[in-house]
Amino acid sequence: MVFKLNNQLLSRMAIGDGHGENSSYFDGWKAYDSDPYHHQNNPDGVIQMGLAENQLCFDKVEEWLKKNPAASICTPEGVAGFKDVAIFQDYHGLPQFRNAVAKFMGKVRGDRVSFDPDRIVMAGGATGAHETVAFCLADPGEALLVPTPYYPGFDRDLRWRTGVQLVPIECDSANNFKLRMEDLEAAYEMAKLNNIRVKGLLLTNPSNPLGTILDGDTLRNIAAFTNENNIHLICDEIYSATVFGKPDYVSIAEIVDEDRKSGRNGLNLDLIHIVYSLSKDMGFPGLRVGIVYSYNDVVMNCARKMSSFGLVSAQTQHMIGSMLSDQEFVEEFLGANRARLAERHGAFTGGLGRVGIRCLRSSNAGLFVWMDLRRLLKEQSVEAETALWRVIINEVKLNVSPGSSFHCSEPGWFRVCFANMDDETMEVALGRIRAFVAKHKEAMKPARKLCAQSSLKLSFSGRIYDEFIMSPRSPIPQSPLVRART
Amino acid sequence: MESVKGSCVLSKMATNERHGENSPYFDGWKAYDAYPFHPTDRPDGVIQMGLAENQLCLDMIRDWIEKNPQASICTPEGLHMFKDVALFQDYHGLPRFRQAVAKFMERGRGNKVRFDPERIVMGGGATGANELITFCLADDGDAFLVPSPYYPAFDRDLGWRTKVQIIPVHCNSSNNFQITRPALETAYDQATRTGSTVKGLVIANPSNPLGTCLDRTTLESLVAFATEKRIHLVADEIYAATVFHNPTTQFVSVAEVIRDNAADPARCDPDLIHIVYSLSKDMGLPGLRVGVVYSYNDAVVRCGRRMSSFGLVSSQTQHLLAAMLSDEDFVGRLLLESSRRLGERHGRFSKGLERVGIRCLESSCAGLFVWMDLRHLLKEASYEGELALWRVIVNEVKLNVSPGVSFHCVEPGWFRVCFANMDEGTMEVALQRIRAFIQGKEAGDGRENNDVGVVKPPAGKKRWQKDLRLSFKTVRRSEEGHVSSSPLRMSPHSPIPRSPLLWARN
Repeated sequence: MVFKLNNQLLSRMAIGDGHGENSSYFDGWKAYDSDPYHHQNNPDGVIQMGLAENQLCFDKVEEWLKKNPAASICTPEGVAGFKDVAIFQDYHGLPQFRNAVAKFMGKVRGDRVSFDPDRIVMAGGATGAHETVAFCLADPGEALLVPTPYYPGFDRDLRWRTGVQLVPIECDSANNFKLRMEDLEAAYEMAKLNNIRVKGLLLTNPSNPLGTILDGDTLRNIAAFTNENNIHLICDEIYSATVFGKPDYVSIAEIVDEDRKSGRNGLNLDLIHIVYSLSKDMGFPGLRVGIVYSYNDVVMNCARKMSSFGLVSAQTQHMIGSMLSDQEFVEEFLGANRARLAERHGAFTGGLGRVGIRCLRSSNAGLFVWMDLRRLLKEQSVEAETALWRVIINEVKLNVSPGSSFHCSEPGWFRVCFANMDDETMEVALGRIRAFVAKHKEAMKPARKLCAQSSLKLSFSGRIYDEFIMSPRSPIPQSPLVRART
Repeated sequence: MESVKGSCVLSKMATNERHGENSPYFDGWKAYDAYPFHPTDRPDGVIQMGLAENQLCLDMIRDWIEKNPQASICTPEGLHMFKDVALFQDYHGLPRFRQAVAKFMERGRGNKVRFDPERIVMGGGATGANELITFCLADDGDAFLVPSPYYPAFDRDLGWRTKVQIIPVHCNSSNNFQITRPALETAYDQATRTGSTVKGLVIANPSNPLGTCLDRTTLESLVAFATEKRIHLVADEIYAATVFHNPTTQFVSVAEVIRDNAADPARCDPDLIHIVYSLSKDMGLPGLRVGVVYSYNDAVVRCGRRMSSFGLVSSQTQHLLAAMLSDEDFVGRLLLESSRRLGERHGRFSKGLERVGIRCLESSCAGLFVWMDLRHLLKEASYEGELALWRVIVNEVKLNVSPGVSFHCVEPGWFRVCFANMDEGTMEVALQRIRAFIQGKEAGDGRENNDVGVVKPPAGKKRWQKDLRLSFKTVRRSEEGHVSSSPLRMSPHSPIPRSPLLWARN
């Protein structure tokens, strides 16, 4: 181009870094990209443990699809439905899809509560769902409270195009990272003092990255707090079906139900909203099935209008609608999901435990562990955490996610995913960790100050990531699909 | 729900009307919803002619699907791909999908230009794509110029969540609704006078609702205008392959202008040019939500790609279409046949109208609709006159057509009438009804409820027929009021209450 691009020609949004991709969360992909692990072809490559995917139950899904060809509009059994599905763009969504998703959500919660299919509103994945909810509840400059550590994508999903702010509520290991009411209240008060208008509180329950769930009392107290202060309560429950052990999961829907059934009606339901998706519970992130479930009619209607910007493909609605309508399959799937996650989690934490590496003990959900490597830090700082992380990626050859990328205020914690691989790969990962720990036995003793090794120092310059032609959200450069011949 | 209701504050966005659904465009659905046409079950029902769908070649696509089971991740032949596809959420999109879409766009433009698969960015349908490009180019309060008449939902897609202002560039029948330089300048000046920064010009080419294609000279002058003013040009080309007869000569894509003016950046700066595309019209697949932003500006591609996370195409759908659109032989046959069938349908319909003295915009050469001239039937040349006529058409002639006012047309009396979303039999019924209506009036049958006559100079009072009056409020109530589980409750954009899918057992 002869004329240099004038940056002012684009929007502020396009020029700024509200997309969030300059976070260190995404730096690990680089090493993985250039040297990805493969059993045969690259056994020394980097193992991807930074991606919270659920790959444990595909066999169940494939088996079901084999037996139910009519779920597809492409099979001989289902193609008669092709035309009607291909032209169906109603933003209310296919009734069968909504009914099936509502039933599924109920089943995930042990049928302790039921969901109204008419309140099921589609969105472009949980990504789109979060953005839609933010657009509905807050004006630019207004804020949502979010306990830390939290999923890095929230910075983009809730803030980027909406102009909404996030106010963190810091949680740390002194309380097992559990949200304390006094911290919630203090954060709220502090925001007010700073003239920040708080519109709501966002909880991720089960938590990413902690893998913990909130007990019923805490949830009730939180709901009472938001209710009292007339602010919204958004519950991201996308990991609800990944609860693999005791204690039992309590959804905000159960708190709502309890409040209504008891006759107390103390909760203003217009303040309560659930974000859901099939990306984690079922392992279908590619299908972009995001759900906004709001108890507020105005929000529901507005979100439904906004869903035009990210409807679920009718082809996918049709398939999911069929699959999740099969109650028997759903029960079997959910049971297998829980059992396999429990097993994988147990094997992984057991292996880590045997070499003295602890994870957050209260975790009984999620697709990852929250690993405590504070004792390996040369000092209790973000720099030291980052230095250790570089070592883990470059020497141990595991892509894990450093706690700082989740806005964790306490250095030394790492999120390590375990459900996106087979057993063999997990064993290889454990083997490498064992070897690393053995080699660095010295470092496992109580921390003392060592000179920082400059070769380990990570440069924090905000790198534009895209030269690696990757989405940080789905770094599967070696996905066979990317290499497929055309 | 008898819970405690305090006042609960939502965003301004959630409570304003900028979603645009309270426009009269959507009121016609109500009548259709209540009593839709069916050839045997309800032969006197309302015929849907307000929905620009392309149903003419779905049989060919279905046929391809039947012959290519490996394109699905659910068939025995394709199931082995299920896991990889279901996991694939990379916002770059499946490479094969991007390549296939780029090729399809090339074929749809007669292979006159090349498209780079690396510039293909996904959007949630054209709806999402239009919003996405706007977020990339304009800030809150900035303005986009949009030639009128224009697709009603542009107000929502370009202006709702983005908070961008839409300034219409008015066109009228004196020159067949062509965009003129003075009209552009007027709109541009209007914006600057009110303190808004104009950030872009959005053109739909081929046009909805006109069905016209911009000639090369006009297109080049629009590009020059944008380049001169340093504003963006967004070309919504979603009807590119709906050109009937001689497709490759009739439609000139903005991509061709870029190709031909590469040496003259003063007249054509590619960094300012972006194409919005979709498979909803050309292929008739609106349910699959395949939107595309194709930008010649690298920064916009990068930013757009990041934003596409909010509305990626389902990987299952990407996989299917990658296979389908890679089949060059099929694509060739489909494009040719689609153009032929559309041309034939358009020809039959417009001739049928001509026989009863109804003219449509002659310069239309594309699209799924005609732009019908009913000015001579207005009791008065005003929006009220147009809406009165419209109510008669919906309630008496029983055709849901779209009044020009809903497209922001400055000239009352024009109607958009879709013809590609039905079979031939239904189209014949529609024509018969129109014939009967026109002949009835010519015969002056003096039916009491006939609110419409030949235009005379506005003479006396308007004769409102209370019983024909559509209450706009009722539509609003049904949207904002309590949710019921009526299967008839419908999106105004896709009023298919009789879709068998709505009756499917759970």
